[in-house]
Amino acid sequence: MRPFTYERALDPADAVARVAAHPDAAYLGGGTNLVDHLRLGVAAPGRLVDVSRLALDRVESRDDGGLRIGAAVRNSDLAAHPSVRHDFPVLSQALLAGASGQIRNMATTAGNLLQRTRCRYFQDVTTPCNKREPGSGCPAVEGRNRTLAILGASEHCVATHPSDMAVALAALDADVVVLGPSGERRIPMADLHRLPGDEPARDTTLDPGELITAVELAPLPAARRSAYRKVRDRASYAFALVSVAAVLEVEDGVVREVRIALGGVAHKPWRATRAEEALRGREATAEGFRAAAEAELGAARPLSENAFKVPMARNAITATLRGLVRAAGERA
Amino acid sequence: MTLTGTPPAVGTAVGPAVGPAVGRGVRRLDGRVKVRGMARYAFEQLAESPAYLHLLQSTVARGRVSDVDASEAEALEGVLLVLTHLNSPKLADTSDGEYTVLQSPGVAFRGQIVGCVVATSPEVARHGAELVRIRYDEHPHDTRLREDDPDLYAPDEVNASFPTDTDEGPVEEALRSSAVVVDQRYSTPMEHNNPMEPHSCIATWDESQERPTLTVYDSTQGAHGVASTLAKVLGLAQQDVRVISPYVGGGFGSKGLPHAHNVLVALAARTLPGRPVKLALTRQQMFFLAGYRTPTLQRVRIGADADGRITGLVHEAVEQTSRIKEFAEQTTVVSRNMYAARARRTSHRLAALDVPVPSWMRAPGEAPGMYGLEHAMDELAEACGLDPVELRIRNDPPADPETGKPWSGRHLVECLRVGAERFGWSRRGPTGSRRDGDWLVGFGVASSTYPGNVMPGSVARVRYGGRGHYAVHIGAADIGTGSWTALNQVAADALGLAMNRVHLEIGDTALPMATVEGGSSGMASHGSAILEACRRFREEHGESPEPGATTESAAAEHPEAKEYATHSYGAQFVEVRVDADTGEVRVPRMVGVFSCGRIVNPRTARSQFRGGMVWGLSMALFEHSIVDHRFGHVMNHDLADYHVPTNADVVDIDVSWLDETDLHLNPLGVRGIGEIGITGTAAAVASAVHNATGIRVRDLPITPDTLVR
Repeated sequence: MRPFTYERALDPADAVARVAAHPDAAYLGGGTNLVDHLRLGVAAPGRLVDVSRLALDRVESRDDGGLRIGAAVRNSDLAAHPSVRHDFPVLSQALLAGASGQIRNMATTAGNLLQRTRCRYFQDVTTPCNKREPGSGCPAVEGRNRTLAILGASEHCVATHPSDMAVALAALDADVVVLGPSGERRIPMADLHRLPGDEPARDTTLDPGELITAVELAPLPAARRSAYRKVRDRASYAFALVSVAAVLEVEDGVVREVRIALGGVAHKPWRATRAEEALRGREATAEGFRAAAEAELGAARPLSENAFKVPMARNAITATLRGLVRAAGERA
Repeated sequence: MTLTGTPPAVGTAVGPAVGPAVGRGVRRLDGRVKVRGMARYAFEQLAESPAYLHLLQSTVARGRVSDVDASEAEALEGVLLVLTHLNSPKLADTSDGEYTVLQSPGVAFRGQIVGCVVATSPEVARHGAELVRIRYDEHPHDTRLREDDPDLYAPDEVNASFPTDTDEGPVEEALRSSAVVVDQRYSTPMEHNNPMEPHSCIATWDESQERPTLTVYDSTQGAHGVASTLAKVLGLAQQDVRVISPYVGGGFGSKGLPHAHNVLVALAARTLPGRPVKLALTRQQMFFLAGYRTPTLQRVRIGADADGRITGLVHEAVEQTSRIKEFAEQTTVVSRNMYAARARRTSHRLAALDVPVPSWMRAPGEAPGMYGLEHAMDELAEACGLDPVELRIRNDPPADPETGKPWSGRHLVECLRVGAERFGWSRRGPTGSRRDGDWLVGFGVASSTYPGNVMPGSVARVRYGGRGHYAVHIGAADIGTGSWTALNQVAADALGLAMNRVHLEIGDTALPMATVEGGSSGMASHGSAILEACRRFREEHGESPEPGATTESAAAEHPEAKEYATHSYGAQFVEVRVDADTGEVRVPRMVGVFSCGRIVNPRTARSQFRGGMVWGLSMALFEHSIVDHRFGHVMNHDLADYHVPTNADVVDIDVSWLDETDLHLNPLGVRGIGEIGITGTAAAVASAVHNATGIRVRDLPITPDTLVR
């Protein structure tokens, strides 16, 4: 644990200036992941810039019916927000499925998005890891990989992204608002996180010094019928083996709108576009749901210990969609 | 909730200790200080100008330290000491490999202590530890336990001094001629104790007197054991080592013995005389240095007549130990007397691997052994077409099959019958027959057992302080179980006093000697010593003693105990729900009925039974230390990744016990309740999972991936 300086930013621009000027500086939000990394030696920043007290802690309704979620909104506050619960239940459910009450009270929206993989090799500095030490190798590929990726991985990294909230935001096509040294830009959720490729040290497409200031949700009436299903090893406080965020609108037995994202299966929240294509405009049947899930998972490349994730993801997708149809009082 | 009307088969005489306090659900006397954060645990004890120690651990599983560069760490402001084998004081006794710390460059397992940094703050110590560069000559290592390892060996004996093997009657012949035979392999993984409070201590070495003395605040299940071990290893007289441990945040066996870190802190304190040296192991470090349960590979063969009577029983276990110290878990000992059989064989074989030192963990032996045996019994019931409760009743032995001695109250059948009634066992359906929405529902059952243990040697002291107040002193431990309260109850009744007239002191080697709070023996051992000391006090000093009157005594001789086979029994019933889509297992309901002799405090006892059952649930579904054998260490070394049950996993646990007293074992009539709750539970869960799904999961834990289809 290396000594570091701690400072509080005055406003977002000040925060960006403080971090951009120092290559070894890091933003500190709720600290629920970074502080662990400081203790474990996974991260050793020389300067922490605290952004948790900036005026980014509000959830605001947009004129078009969408939501603007401040980057410093705590996970528990976001999950309990009436608009989130009513208009985007998948997001509220995903947040409540994550971590523990105490951690949700601390963790921020931006910090949740930027939390890092819980791959055991990444977190254990006595073993190699391409994400932590580029070029050192990936022992997980042929090691203890039961919890790791089945989709989109590379020979260099098979880590999964641990967030539940991010999976729901991926299904909702959220935009991430980012402030950098050269101004503000918006990044679609689908483009925020990366697949590992040959550069697994980079989790996201953020540039050095960029600060997430908000997450925006466009109105999506179909999302009022949405759900998050997390499959895990125990009933609470466990990362997803597989999770599903789904939005489903069915009219006269036909799928009008569908959004599906998967967690626990890839280096990023995995938008199941193939499954969506297979469902849109088709009859909403249990067989159809299963076939769509299988279409998505055809690309799965399981590792030595996680082949179970393929049927588990297939069944979880099918059951989640079935549940949404059931909740709507329709048949599937 | 206590069940009355169950006839105790033995021990009907009224015990001498029954009074207004014993048998009453007295609230914990230490509850208020604990919930207000006022109870000082080892690391929180006041120490003047303390130094903080951070470990250096080997990053190879076998080899030698070839080079140490501590210059950067030593130059760091606040670093007081970097201790390695190069500059460590020599130990007086190196007969125990676990305690032989920093005496050579050798490395016997990954994570072994190879040094430490001591500094004026914990942060500086930790930073300093990162700056020490250690190089190794790495040798090939082997950490994988295999049934066919050519180097398996039979230890001289197994834990608790049981014989390694037993062989009674022509068991192969019995199996060959049996109408039904179950022959299956079961395994339990490496598991770590993980008490909430990490292992921690503060050691001060004092050279200001004629002879050096060592004072240690420690989190331990046995202060006297820590003191005698440290005295021997460091070459001090036992009376010159004082260990103080008033509150302990759980132990589960991992604090039953001192571990290497205790010796290390003492060595650092010796190097910095007069300065208190503090250490709290990190959660990650506890996975290397605080003991664990060996993985077990078990094969169970049971033959039976067509009506389910056991003809032959073979239970074999393969386990690991470390190269530097042997620990042999007594896994198959339970099969020597749990059920009747005409012939039986049991055995233990060990592989000495490049692994940390295994040790006691929550019913060592009984917990994994009852999993294998009871799961096999469930399979035998299925093979015989018998109800698993009925199968167990049919094989209840009239006397101890191993020794021929009479039972000191074996009430397994009553536990099974009462439990079946409370649970609603008659509603159990055929395999795979019950479904509730997306959930597959199943019921399961298993027996529990634990030996009635009394350890000799504990001494209690009673002193009249005047004005109606009595001090009762014994160096026992309260590891969260309620000893502070229950021992006070025993003393109050034995002296004929209200509880608030008794002032108990425990957890200090300045008090009379007490045996370890382990083997579920605390109440039987420490309570019996208090009982006898109180009795003698009244005999010597009467009802109106002079202030200062003092009596010290060990427990009374109780020769009758040797004439009986003394075991506790229980029955556990479990409902599971398995998600038909994902294989997730939930346990909405558990029922446990136990027979453990007299219950001193029903309130704390219920917590102990329930806690045991939660650990059993944990063993069934969650606990699993995952090793990467290429590196040789546990990868999931924190509580985010090493799973134990959360509140959401524990729903309705119904605990009850038979109303009985067992005066054959000790005059208090108690048998100990600390560990029986964990035994058999995992088999009951596995039985219920099979009943729900038709799938037999024989390798614990039962995780969703084993059930998803």
